Amino acid sequence: MKKNKALEKIQQRCQALYEDLNLATVRAWKAEAPGRKAIGFMPVYIPREILHAAGILPVGLMGADIEIIRGDAYFQSYICHIPRSTIEMAVNGSLDALDGVIFPSICDVIRNLSGMWKMMFPDKYSKYLDLPQNFTPGLAGEYYIAELRTLAADMERLSGHRITDDALRESIRLYNRNRELVLELYDLRAEKPWQVRTVELYLLLRAGNLLPVEEHNAMLEAYREAIEGEERQALDNSRIVLTGAFCEQPPLGLIHTIERSGCYIVDDDFVLGSRFLTAPIPEEGDPVANIAQTFLDHAMETPFVYIAEKEKGEALVRQCRRRRGEGVIFSAASFCDPALLDQPMVSAAVEREGIPYTEFKYAENTGQFQVIKEQTGTFSDSIKLWGNE
Amino acid sequence: MSAQVTRIKPEADQPLPGNEVQKERSMVLQKEMIASHYKALAASAETGCKVVYTFVPGNLNELIGSFDNLLPVHPEINALQNAMRKRTGKMVLEAEKLGHSEDVCAYVKADIGMARSGNIGPSGTRIPDPHLLLLSYTGCFTFLKWFELLREEYNAPVAMLHTPYQGDGIVTDSMRAYMVRQIKEEVIPKLEKVSGRKFDIDKLREMLARSRQAEDDLVAVLESAKNVPSPIDAYFGAVYYIGPIFSAFRGTEAAVEYYRELRKEVEARLAAGQGPVTPEGEMGPERYRLVVEGPPNWTSFRDFWKMFYDEGAVVVASSYAKVGGLYDQGFRHDPEHPLESLADYCFGCYTNLNLPSRVALLSKYVREYQADGFLINSIKSCNSFSAGQLLILREVEQRTGIAGGFVESDLVDPRYFSGANIKTRMESYFQMIEQKRKGAA
Amino acid sequence: MKLYLGIDLGSTTTKAVVMDANQVILGKGITNSRSNYDTACAIAQNEAFIDTRFSLFRRQMSTGAVELGTGAVELGNLEAFLTGLEANFRLEQFLRQLRHLTEISMAEISKGRVDQALRTPLRDKLEQLFEEIAVEALEWFRPGAAKRSDFFRDLAGNAYMRGAEALAEPDGVTYDMLVNVYDKCIIRVENTLLDLSLEGNMGKALDRSFGDGGRDGLSEEAEAEIRSAADQVLDISLEVLNAVGTGYGRARLPFPKERIRSEILCHGLGAHTMFPGTATVLDIGGQDTKAIQVDPEGIVTSFQMNDRCAAGCGRYLGYIADELNMGVQELGPLAMQANKSVRINSTCTVFAGAELRERLNNGERREDILQGLHRAIILRAMSLLARSGGIEDEFTFTGGVANNEAAVHALSTLVEENYGKRKLNISANSIYTGAVGAALFALRNVAG
Repeated sequence: MKKNKALEKIQQRCQALYEDLNLATVRAWKAEAPGRKAIGFMPVYIPREILHAAGILPVGLMGADIEIIRGDAYFQSYICHIPRSTIEMAVNGSLDALDGVIFPSICDVIRNLSGMWKMMFPDKYSKYLDLPQNFTPGLAGEYYIAELRTLAADMERLSGHRITDDALRESIRLYNRNRELVLELYDLRAEKPWQVRTVELYLLLRAGNLLPVEEHNAMLEAYREAIEGEERQALDNSRIVLTGAFCEQPPLGLIHTIERSGCYIVDDDFVLGSRFLTAPIPEEGDPVANIAQTFLDHAMETPFVYIAEKEKGEALVRQCRRRRGEGVIFSAASFCDPALLDQPMVSAAVEREGIPYTEFKYAENTGQFQVIKEQTGTFSDSIKLWGNE
Repeated sequence: MSAQVTRIKPEADQPLPGNEVQKERSMVLQKEMIASHYKALAASAETGCKVVYTFVPGNLNELIGSFDNLLPVHPEINALQNAMRKRTGKMVLEAEKLGHSEDVCAYVKADIGMARSGNIGPSGTRIPDPHLLLLSYTGCFTFLKWFELLREEYNAPVAMLHTPYQGDGIVTDSMRAYMVRQIKEEVIPKLEKVSGRKFDIDKLREMLARSRQAEDDLVAVLESAKNVPSPIDAYFGAVYYIGPIFSAFRGTEAAVEYYRELRKEVEARLAAGQGPVTPEGEMGPERYRLVVEGPPNWTSFRDFWKMFYDEGAVVVASSYAKVGGLYDQGFRHDPEHPLESLADYCFGCYTNLNLPSRVALLSKYVREYQADGFLINSIKSCNSFSAGQLLILREVEQRTGIAGGFVESDLVDPRYFSGANIKTRMESYFQMIEQKRKGAA
Repeated sequence: MKLYLGIDLGSTTTKAVVMDANQVILGKGITNSRSNYDTACAIAQNEAFIDTRFSLFRRQMSTGAVELGTGAVELGNLEAFLTGLEANFRLEQFLRQLRHLTEISMAEISKGRVDQALRTPLRDKLEQLFEEIAVEALEWFRPGAAKRSDFFRDLAGNAYMRGAEALAEPDGVTYDMLVNVYDKCIIRVENTLLDLSLEGNMGKALDRSFGDGGRDGLSEEAEAEIRSAADQVLDISLEVLNAVGTGYGRARLPFPKERIRSEILCHGLGAHTMFPGTATVLDIGGQDTKAIQVDPEGIVTSFQMNDRCAAGCGRYLGYIADELNMGVQELGPLAMQANKSVRINSTCTVFAGAELRERLNNGERREDILQGLHRAIILRAMSLLARSGGIEDEFTFTGGVANNEAAVHALSTLVEENYGKRKLNISANSIYTGAVGAALFALRNVAG
């Protein structure tokens, strides 16, 4: 098989970005022009367009599978892992390139982390972004627009750049394109899962945490092109949808394990922020209002959004059908309240539809995959047997 | 609602020593209030009253009460009352059998477990199913999930009230406007629909005026702990004192009377130089004054309390006594601005404060209540309280110069109360304070 | 003589410490806690008093309070003599217990459900077995012999099992029968208060030391004077002015409440007594880990304990050792041979085995995994230390895990990386830390 140099280059770049825990990439970007600022954000979703329009680099923070030396001193044993690694990196200087961090309203742990940040790093910008939870039409728009305008004003002050409506529209256009490219790859993977490997796709998404959106868009396009020239063999794997991994990310080994155990992951909720809005933001009109309204109308149904007047799990069932998933794997992070409290409702919906499922918990520093491999392997086999009957 | 509460008259013909009669009276009053509420719930099908489930923090009790035919149910209170009766262990297991994780909030699991075993409440009568779930999402993310679960369980409509968090330690006009709008356009219409009656703002105003009265008396009771010795315990004891005002009775005539009585009793104890009353009677001399952060453990409530009063430790201020409102920091319900004041009430609940505000408040309590100890009871179930408490501990220590103590337990899951471990820590902590005093002297 | 007693009633061992008015530790005693705290407490106290008398004996002789007459020995020789004497005394104690074990074992055979036909051969075998142990014991207590357990159960048990294996016959007195007798009787021996006192056994020990040419060049006069010094020391009345208890079983002690002190306070004060410069104490025991800060007087100013989960405590190392089929004391030395440290994420006792097996399956070396395991344990301890207020100079490490060189290595590395250079104190007697603190509390409470 001839070497696909373009693909290899992208793979290497993604791997390097994934391993760039000290944010050297961000430092380099800042050094390119004086006065550049970078703001980190915790999972899952923030309107990156507003940061981008102010010339600020949004940097996605997703914890890390690192040795925890100081982070455990801040959290009891019954709290999930991502805040430990986040504090660890903040305290050991890995996040020094950031001029601040935004904490979206995803759960009480991340919420309280925003206050810890205020006390531990009083010189840095720290913002709790309380995304609206009341999706009844007409109720939350004004509030959310006001929140976004406050955020925009903060970004203007921090960067020294005014955010013009035109600049914001341009940012919206770029991120719309980014979401579009990501979705295309998700579609392509569902179509040919042997061609777009999940680990590869995952690393591509992770690259978007550090790269400016322009560069990330180019990378996604290049990957799309490179993968077409690649000949990869289809295996007799079962097609599963992986869900629950929405904030704390699993170690790469876990994704490898699932794939190697005979499962094609045909949909997942890794790095959810990259496709959190399920429709493009209108590129004409008041850009702030457009960002707000698109969130209110098209926020992805995830455990951290209140689902009003709809059946829980409906979205997952729909997604499973659309991607022709044959089964669902629930893999929640240990001690993750939103995911674990959601799971009984969502798994019941999946069961009602006759879709087989299995479940396990993980942490970002899970070091043992053998048990998971056996579980997902058996699950895959049972799907195949059951499907062939 | 208020009309259904039976008022208890003091039995004047039983001549008992002064204090005991008074102590009896507020406790009897409260007992009767609670019993009558559960009775009213059990009879709701006959009386035609509709049932609204809602949470303690950010509850809109006056609004519910203003409809006259709506009865509130607070699932946390059912869970904790069941826990005090040692019933929740089974309920939690029941929920885990249904697929709920061991990792998550035990209040939720106890509630689901109760629902699945006949919904028999702590009083032994059946709790009726909800006609409406009033989801006041205030200070706790789990509330969202909890009512999603109950919606599936009961197929009841939900009225959403999203209280924005005080992330920057302030309440902005747009936050307040969002709340008022939700109350006006979502909560009230849904309450009207369930009740079948029109919302009457004047009735709401009347109730808010009564709330205000009771709130004044509650604050006087809580602040009596600034005296040395303190006549009350502001954590274990306060659990009883906050009961009516944090739940179904705020805004009722019964609550006004209860708090008037309670205040009189506490003032009498103060005048007599008496300390708090414990389940085993009068407490011995006050030896330690503590500020406590975090909810109590309910499954071993008395054992835990005993570890304090046996050592002469009095809790003089606690954050738990503020989960249903920070009245001692000046907030009062305001009949002049009814909806805005309901919004402000929600914003001010303790778990809706950011961590810097919590640290400032706790440090202030240590100083104002002349505490010589600061203890955190870290609750496994409650990330809203617990995430970040180790930093709170360090910050309060630094600001006040007193050493903090740290114990871990749970709300209603008996598996997470390790008596021996907690006792060792508590004893060590008290002995440490004592040794430090000796060293300083 | 006025003395102060500290007792630490731990979940596995009970320790007693005797201290004089000048805060000098005169005696230490240890025994296993068994199911019977009262007996454990009494035995540990007896041992501590015996140790105290030996200290006094030593002190009296070395300060020249006893004239050694014409054949006076040099101080070095005297030390050797006293060491030998103490060993002989311990031997006498051992033999006393062995005799008791023999007696009740014989009685057990008579009343037990032993087949009539087998009773005589069983009795013969046991007699032979106990005689062999008594002979072997002479070796164990010879000066310079390898260090062995202090507990009768361990010493006698080991030898008994070996002997039983050798003597058992598949068709007659089987191994199981022999073991059965031992198992039934050993607890009773432990729970009987035998006369193991100095008074009751010193004479025989002295005879043993001076007999068999063991006089080591001491003249008859010297022997006479030593014997009289021994009598004098035995005549000193030891008066306990105050006693303080601590530890897991502290509530069982027949002490009033004010004489019971928490383990944490005693630990802090004990560490301070052993190393007066101590500012921070880390104790990693079997079931819990404590991080303690003390002031210059040894008073605890802040502390943190692990939560209800025993992850990262000594017990975890026990599981790992079982998993690897090794003795727990072999783990440290093996880990020290590592080339690198494999990162171990779970110090949870439940997951320990699975993670270990998976690392082994992945081809990691045992040494490297073990080094990672020790680091993981110490990292948990570092969190507790940070919560309690960090690590100040000097830093004292106590508890069973303090004897593990790999743990100590990981700790000193991490401490230096995170807090800078700190003087790290570890005492060979760290198991007595809590009891020492209790004894000092006893002294201070009377003085204060």
